[in-house]
Amino acid sequence: MIPGAPVRDRHVVGVGLPRVLWVPALVGLALIALPVVGLVVRADLARFPELVTGGAALSALGLSLRTAAVSTLLCLLFGGPLAAVLARSGAPGLRLIRPIVLLPLVLPPVVGGLALLYTVGRTGFGGRVLELWFGITVPFTTAAVVLAQTFVSMPFLVVSLEGALRTAGERYESVAATLGASPATVFRRVTLPLVLPGVGSGLVLAFARALGEFGATIAFAGSLQGTTQTLPLLVYQVREVDVDGAVALSLVLVVVAVLVIAVARPRAAEGLG
Amino acid sequence: MSRHRYTVFTAVLGTAVVAGCGGGAQPSSGAGGQPGEGTLTVSAAASLTKVFGELEKRFETDNPGVDVVLNLGSSSTLAEQIVHGAPVDVFAAASPATMKTVADAGLAGAEQPVFTTNKLQIAVAAGNPKGVTGFADLNKPGVITVVCAPQVPCGAATEKVEKASGIALRPASREPDVKSVVNKVTSGNADAGVVYLTDVLDNDAKVDGVSFPEADNAINDYPVTALKNAPHAALAAKFVELVRGEDGRRALEAAGFGTP
Repeated sequence: MIPGAPVRDRHVVGVGLPRVLWVPALVGLALIALPVVGLVVRADLARFPELVTGGAALSALGLSLRTAAVSTLLCLLFGGPLAAVLARSGAPGLRLIRPIVLLPLVLPPVVGGLALLYTVGRTGFGGRVLELWFGITVPFTTAAVVLAQTFVSMPFLVVSLEGALRTAGERYESVAATLGASPATVFRRVTLPLVLPGVGSGLVLAFARALGEFGATIAFAGSLQGTTQTLPLLVYQVREVDVDGAVALSLVLVVVAVLVIAVARPRAAEGLG
Repeated sequence: MSRHRYTVFTAVLGTAVVAGCGGGAQPSSGAGGQPGEGTLTVSAAASLTKVFGELEKRFETDNPGVDVVLNLGSSSTLAEQIVHGAPVDVFAAASPATMKTVADAGLAGAEQPVFTTNKLQIAVAAGNPKGVTGFADLNKPGVITVVCAPQVPCGAATEKVEKASGIALRPASREPDVKSVVNKVTSGNADAGVVYLTDVLDNDAKVDGVSFPEADNAINDYPVTALKNAPHAALAAKFVELVRGEDGRRALEAAGFGTP
């Protein structure tokens, strides 16, 4: 057992919850759950297997899972250190950086996609450099899908992790340091175990957000089966002609999301984040 | 603007109500309340945005006290809203198929006449730097082409041209609607896009249009109807008259639409 980890202390008497909280809590739950029930009721379950095993559906699902996985990894690689800097560095100007990190949460995803298009698209300054120096064009590639997903899901990881780092505090780290542990050892043996639940919940949130990404992807990456057409994009397109088919496809997303959240460290998702 | 949002909200609410009842019932109006007495709600395909904006002003001048609210979007979305009980007076669709959705639900007016047509054209960057001269050039190496997805009218028309001409395109993307195809070209990320002639004219500062004879194989028909359950039936009929009349035809032609 790690000292200071968020455990339920058995010696503490449970205070219990004011009963009155149950009413708004149930309303909140209903607001989220009922539309999903409506979706299931509406779905033509007899056609479900045929619809979801079609070539376009399978290809879109596979692409969605792959790109969301890579995006989540990128979020961890870059968002993790970013969260550490925000929570611990104490550098001046952090107060200005935090709102920037949260921008993708506020921006309509389509606008986020346009922003990417104007930056690393063929006519954007980043895009010109890439094309001139490396002969790379980003839009309409799978890399563009990953970039769009990473853009929208990064804040989820950063916010979860920064919250965990702040809650954990620096006391144990200071103690470890005074006992002679090097910064690397402190990070590996103290900080990391303390914030692991926060990392877990951040990863689950980021993955879920990447999986459902639509607006930024369509604006930046386009939509082509096997290359850029993720499941949400396919759902949107199928909906134009076949609403039942679109509903069935979106149920696949629901199932995948539930599986991810249930299997991938459910306790982490309930953790500090 | 706020009214526009309100309409959409009512439509969404209507959808929710229907879904809650198991999908059978047809509420005659949105649960959120009726628009005002003198408010005419017109659901029109996004490609009609400019023309119907002009006709809206015209109608409001001719009928003092009447406020026309335009609900613009993809025809299939608009049809879906109407089927789920959105209180709409007039529906102008970009394809007979989407009008059929409404007609099949028994909600269209007695007549759904085709009031205009639209034709495909290739949009290229101003000055046509890649030298695209026809449909076959869209497959030239080094030309990044984007088209509409086959599920939307402009994509269905593009597919028709592909079949009729025997030229199977290899697009970089099949976009969800014609405006995003235009955007990919105007932003310089695609070299060419198959769009409507009206879209090219609408963006003539940024794109040039390249006509191709195969487009004649895929003319898009636009039907209009005064809906059966229109909250303002008389005004709805009058608006349809305006659209089909001399003023409507002139506005449509100026925007690049054809005469049926």
